Amino acid sequence: MPINVLMPALSPTMEKGNLAKWLKKEGDAIKSGDVLAEIETDKATMEVEAIDEGVLAKIVVPEGTADVPVNDLIAIIAGEGEDVSAAAAGGGAAPKAEAKPAAEAPKSDAGQNTTPGDGHMSYARVNEAPDAAKPAAGGGQAAAPASSGGRVFASPLARRIAKQEGVDLAAVQGSGPHGRIIARDVQEAKASGATKAAPAPAHQAAETPKAAAPAPKAAPAGGAPAGLSLDQVRGFYQKDAYEEVPLDGMRKTIAKRLTEAMQVAPHFYLTVDCELDALMKLRETLNGSAGKDRDGKPLFKLSVNDFVIKAMGLALTRVPAANAVWAEDRILRFKHAEVGVAVAIDGGLFTPVIRRADEKTLSAISNEMKDFAARARAKKLKPEEYQGGVTSVSNLGMFGIKHFTAVINPPQSSILAVGAGEKRVVVKDGQPTVAQVMTCTLSCDHRVLDGALGAELVSAFKGLIENPMGMLV
Amino acid sequence: MSDTYDILVIGAGPGGYVTAIRAAQLGFKTAVVDREHLGGICLNWGCIPTKALLRSAEIYHYMQHASDYGLSAKEVSFDAAAIVKRSRGVSGRLNGGVGMLLKKNKVDVIWGEATVESVAKGNEPGKVTVKETKRAEAPKGAKGAGSYSAKHIILATGARPRAIPGIEPDKKQIWTYYEAMVPEAMPKSLLVMGSGAIGIEFASFYRTMGAEVTVVELLPQILPVEDAEIAGMARKRFEKQGIKILTGAKVTKVEKGANAVTATIEGSDGKSQQISAEKLISAVGVVGNIENLGLEKLGVKTDRGTIVTDGLGRTNVPGLYAIGDVAGPPMLAHKAEHEGVICVETIKGLHTHPMDKGKIPGCTYCHPQIASVGLTEAKAKEQGFQVKVGRFPFAGNGKAIALGEPDGLIKTIFDAKTGQLLGAHMIGAEVTELIQGYVVAMTLESTEEELMHTVFPHPTLSEMMHESVLDAYGKVIHT
Repeated sequence: MPINVLMPALSPTMEKGNLAKWLKKEGDAIKSGDVLAEIETDKATMEVEAIDEGVLAKIVVPEGTADVPVNDLIAIIAGEGEDVSAAAAGGGAAPKAEAKPAAEAPKSDAGQNTTPGDGHMSYARVNEAPDAAKPAAGGGQAAAPASSGGRVFASPLARRIAKQEGVDLAAVQGSGPHGRIIARDVQEAKASGATKAAPAPAHQAAETPKAAAPAPKAAPAGGAPAGLSLDQVRGFYQKDAYEEVPLDGMRKTIAKRLTEAMQVAPHFYLTVDCELDALMKLRETLNGSAGKDRDGKPLFKLSVNDFVIKAMGLALTRVPAANAVWAEDRILRFKHAEVGVAVAIDGGLFTPVIRRADEKTLSAISNEMKDFAARARAKKLKPEEYQGGVTSVSNLGMFGIKHFTAVINPPQSSILAVGAGEKRVVVKDGQPTVAQVMTCTLSCDHRVLDGALGAELVSAFKGLIENPMGMLV
Repeated sequence: MSDTYDILVIGAGPGGYVTAIRAAQLGFKTAVVDREHLGGICLNWGCIPTKALLRSAEIYHYMQHASDYGLSAKEVSFDAAAIVKRSRGVSGRLNGGVGMLLKKNKVDVIWGEATVESVAKGNEPGKVTVKETKRAEAPKGAKGAGSYSAKHIILATGARPRAIPGIEPDKKQIWTYYEAMVPEAMPKSLLVMGSGAIGIEFASFYRTMGAEVTVVELLPQILPVEDAEIAGMARKRFEKQGIKILTGAKVTKVEKGANAVTATIEGSDGKSQQISAEKLISAVGVVGNIENLGLEKLGVKTDRGTIVTDGLGRTNVPGLYAIGDVAGPPMLAHKAEHEGVICVETIKGLHTHPMDKGKIPGCTYCHPQIASVGLTEAKAKEQGFQVKVGRFPFAGNGKAIALGEPDGLIKTIFDAKTGQLLGAHMIGAEVTELIQGYVVAMTLESTEEELMHTVFPHPTLSEMMHESVLDAYGKVIHT
C-alpha cells in the first residue's frame, strides 16, 4: 500500500509550516532514516525523516510552499514492489480514511500514548517512534519524556473522549487530582488544537518558555522540585517565629523554572569591568539633544541600562554562535537578538523581551523599556511579551551592588548581571587614575556557549560599552 | 484591640463551621461568629430535626402496617410533644457537638451580630464589629461583642425563608419551617405552599401523622428540580396516601379566621377555589442573608439577593469571601461545606478548582424518598445530548421485596456518544443513601463500562444501580 507523508507538527501549537526544501526527488529510493524534506516555522527549521522504505512516488506539495496546514498530504511513497505510478496516482486519495486503521492498530497499553494518524505523523523526525510494533527506526531517538514515561493517568471519560476526538493524552496536562487528566482537560486541549498531532517535545524549547517548560508532572504543589519538606523546614523554627505566606502563581513559576535552570543548564560565569566615562558623556549629549513633545517633555531619556541592552543585542549578532539556545538535541541559532530585561515587581519579577535589540535605536529601546516596566508592575504584560529571548539583562546597580551572578532564565542561554557604575581607581599607562567602572558578569549555559565563545561575547559587549559611538551606527 | 485572626468566618452554619475547622487545620488562626446557634439552620431548624420528625413518622407508619410483616401492634398512637422533644434533643446534641469540634480545633467562637467595617489592605487587616444579640444565649467560652480584625473575612450567613407579600408568616397560622418543626399539636388540616424539598417533607410528615394535606405548586410539576418521570411517580404515591396536590396553581389571597386560614387558589385554567386549613406552611424558597453586613459600603457585588463569587469563594472585594447559601444556589448544606473548604484551601494557596455544581446531589426525605444528581432527562436533551436512559424498578430487586418496599425506580442517563454519566434519579426506600454511588462515579468520570464492571453486593438495594446502568445498554437481567 502506498504510504502517505503528511505535514508534521513540530510543536504542540503548530498549525502550519513552510515546506522549505525537498531533499529527495520523485523516483528516489527512500531508506528508513533518510531526510525527506525540511520544514520551517517561524521558530525553527526541522527535518522530516522517513521510517519506511520505498520509492518517493510523488511530491504533492512543492518546495517553497508557505503555510502548509499540519496533517496535509505532502508526498507519497510507494512501498517495496509497488507500482510507483499507480501509487502516485492513487495514494493520496484518502489520507484521512487511512489514518483510522493506523490508529486502531496499537491495542497495547502503549497505544494510549500515540495519536490516531501516527502511521503518518511518524515521518517527522521529531516524533517518537509511534509504537513498538513498527520496526525500530532512526527517528525514534527524540522520544518525548511525557510519552516515554509509561502510564498516563486519565479518567475513563477523558480516555474515551480523547480516543473519539483524536487527542493525544500524552500531550494533555491533567488538572485533576495528582495531575490526572479529566474530561475537561481533553476538551480544552481539543478546543485549543494543541494536541491534535503527536507532540514534539524536542522542539518545545524552541517555543515560548511557557511551552518549553512542560511542568514535570511529579512536581509538588509548590512548584519547586523536592527540597526539604514543609514539615522538615517547620521543624527548624519556633512555631510563632514566622508567618506562612502562600505561593502565588508567579512565585511557583520562578521557583520551578529557575531551579530547573540551575539543575539542567551547566552554568559558568565570566566577569568583566567596563569603563563608563565615554558612555556617560555620550548619554548626556544624547539626552541633551532629545527633542520635546507637545507637553515640553523630552522624547526620550536614555538610561545606562538602555545602552547595556543595545550593547548585548549588537554583541550577540557580532558573535552569532552565542546568539543561540539549547533545544534538547540541537541548538537553535537566531538571526536577530532577543534581549530580555529583568523588571522587579512586588512579589517577583518579569523579564519582558526586547525583540531585535540589535536593530532598534537606543531611543526606541528606551521607550519600549519604559512601557514594559510600567506594564510589568501593573502585571499587564502579555505572555508573548515576556516569553522567548536568547539572553537577559539583570541590573542591580541601583541598589549599589557591585558584582553578582544571575540564574539563566530558560530557554535562554545566558544572562548578564550588571553592577553599579562607580568611580574606581584604575591603572592606565602605569598610572593610577579615576574612572567610572561597571562590573558585569555573564552566566553562560555551557551546552551552548563554551568558555572562549562566552568570552568573545563578553568582550564584544565591553567593546561597545567602552566605545559607545559604535552603538549609534 | 484583640489579636488579628487569619480567618474570620461570619455564620456558624454547616458551611461556616466546617470552613472554620478546615481553616484551623490548615494552620490559620480562626474565629467564627454567630448570633443564634452553632450548626445554623441545618442542624437546628432544617436538615437534622426534620429527619428526626420524619423518622418518627416512618416508624409510626410501619407500626400502623405491622401486620404486613406478621406483627401486631394495637392502639398505635403518638404524642406530638414527645416527637418534637426528640427532634429538639437530636438538634441539641449535634449543636453541642459542633461546639466541641470548634473547641478541639482551637477555633474562637464570637457571639453576636457581625458587620464588616473594612477588608484587609496591605498590612492592615480587615475589621469586623460584633454587636450584642438578644436572640440566644452565648455558648460557654464564646467571646462577646467588640471589634475584631482579620486578614480574610468569609461570609457564611446562610439564607432565610422567602416571604410572599400578603402571605407573610405570622408564626401562629402561617408557618415557616421554624414553626412547622415544633408544633404544639398536630394540625387536623394543612395547606403547604411550595413543593420543593421543604414543602414536600412537611407534607409527607403531617400526612403520615394524620393531617388532611393540600400542596399548592406554582409550576406544572411538584418537586420542580427533579426529573419529570420521578416527580410524576412521587405525585401518584402522594395522592394515593391522600395528599391533595394542585400544580400550576397560585395562592392569591389568604384570609385568617379564628381557627383556620382560607386561601384563594387560582388554577392554571384561571378558575379560583377556596381551601381552608388549620395551618398554612409557606415553603416557597429561601433568600440569602445579605443585610446589615456592611456589603453596600464595601461595594460587594450581589445578584438576586446572593453574593457573587468566582467559584473559589472570592467576592469582587479582595479579602472578602462568601460561601454557602448566601453565595447562591443550590442552597444545600453539603454544597456550603464543600464551598467553604475550597475557599480556605484557595486562601492557603492549595490547588483548588471551583466546584462543579452539576455534580451536587439532592435528597428529599419524604415517603417515598427521592434522590438525584446531574441532569434530568429533559435537561440533557435540552442541552443537545443524545441520551441513553436505563430504568430499573424496585419490584425487580430481591432486597426491596424483602423490605416490603416494592415501589420505586432508579433511572440512569448517559450520553450516548461518550458514555458520560449525565444524571441519575431515584424514588423509593432508602434512595437518599444510594445516590452517592452515582455521585462518586460521576466525579471520577466513570463511563457505563466501569459501572458495568463494578461488582455490587447481593442482596442490596444498590444492585438496582447496576441493573439500571445495564438497562441503558440493553443488558438488564432482572426485568
